[in-house]
Amino acid sequence: MIAIVDYGAGNLNSVKKAFDYLGAEVAVTNQPEIVAAADKIVLPGVGHFSSLQTLDRTGLREALLSGASAGKPFLGICLGMQWLFEGSEEYIQMAGAGIVSGKCRKFPASVKSPHVGWNSVAIQKGSRLLRGIAQDSFVYYTHSFHAPVVAETTAASEYGVQFTGAIERHNIFGVQFHPEKSGDVGLAILKNFCEV
Amino acid sequence: MLTKRIIACLDMDGGRVVKGVRFKNLRDAGDPAECAAAHARNGADEIVLLDITATSGNRRTLLDAVRGTARSLFVPFTVGGGIRQLDDAAAVFDAGADKIAINSAAVRDPALIGRIAGRFGSQAVVVAIDARRVAGSSADGNFEVFVAGGRVPTGRDAIQWAREAAACGAGEIMLTSMDRDGTQSGFDCQLVRAVAEAVSIPVIASGGAGSPRDFIEVFRDGQADAALAASIFHFGLENIAQLKHELYQANIPVRWPC
Repeated sequence: MIAIVDYGAGNLNSVKKAFDYLGAEVAVTNQPEIVAAADKIVLPGVGHFSSLQTLDRTGLREALLSGASAGKPFLGICLGMQWLFEGSEEYIQMAGAGIVSGKCRKFPASVKSPHVGWNSVAIQKGSRLLRGIAQDSFVYYTHSFHAPVVAETTAASEYGVQFTGAIERHNIFGVQFHPEKSGDVGLAILKNFCEV
Repeated sequence: MLTKRIIACLDMDGGRVVKGVRFKNLRDAGDPAECAAAHARNGADEIVLLDITATSGNRRTLLDAVRGTARSLFVPFTVGGGIRQLDDAAAVFDAGADKIAINSAAVRDPALIGRIAGRFGSQAVVVAIDARRVAGSSADGNFEVFVAGGRVPTGRDAIQWAREAAACGAGEIMLTSMDRDGTQSGFDCQLVRAVAEAVSIPVIASGGAGSPRDFIEVFRDGQADAALAASIFHFGLENIAQLKHELYQANIPVRWPC
């Protein structure tokens, strides 16, 4: 079972719908015990970094961290990926998980923000999550803050600055874009996660 | 590179997709779920479903259509028409929309933008503006905001309203030129550019799409981030894949092939 973590940030329907379409067994939950019992964990989310504070208040943070350190495949989507980093300029009062080093930052003033739409991804290295995805494939983004390119970066996009599109380290995966909204490319990425 | 989006708009009446010129002579163009899936297969970057005759009586019809359309649609999906309060928006999101479009209700109560954005994020809130050129205004053009499906003038300046909507937390502006809507005579690039320069959020140009050249112009001269069309994508007048190919050849960045 894949637990899709509901912490009250935005709309999780589309993520669930995509996994349903792929035939995966999923549970949308805000219960740490269900997260603990899951085989895989998806942390979605869109919106403000401060909404992640709910994870700290509800005991979900511990459940997520222990699942991640136990080797369970973990996929952070958008804000969920940013949470894997140390923090974000968007809300410095709260720390991220710190599984990946670096902090999320605002886009430079030279470009419109938020970054909304289909952008190409430059795949930088072999990846289980991006297996079979063609170089320069298009994916759908919508965000105002971006993660830096780091050692774990497997794909990057450009929008006024080079930023991380996808990360991967052992069982930890993250995508800044929305695979559930990225057509066939996105579905292939979610299918790869189901098969990890 | 961030691409320019081509958005297919489905105008819906009583659960069926329809299209008329300036809301008259509505012609039946099919089932929303089928139309949306066909457009997505054809290369549409996004789908908008607008309930053009939204009344409280047919909310169930709309929500059923949203649910049916969302089930197997994996590109961004916006729903508009008759969203007057947070609960209406919540019901549409719950049925599977990724974004909602609000128009008259936002003009009446701009704080509604922030209330919806506060719960679902700014990226989920599209403020739709219907604007018409003010007769006899200067060459620069003044544009007035209309509400209630283009029937009621507000006396408000469209560019000012776009700025205010963005400040209230809108994630995108969907800007329709009422002068061009349904005419297939080209987008109003002057209007689009004025708004695109006034706000830092993406602007979706709407109204007047008739040929690939119109899209090239609205992206180049109008500085639109996305362009929306309805009628030309129905009835086989223009194929989205062919349109994108032509944009690609004109060096407009588009998701192609997709």
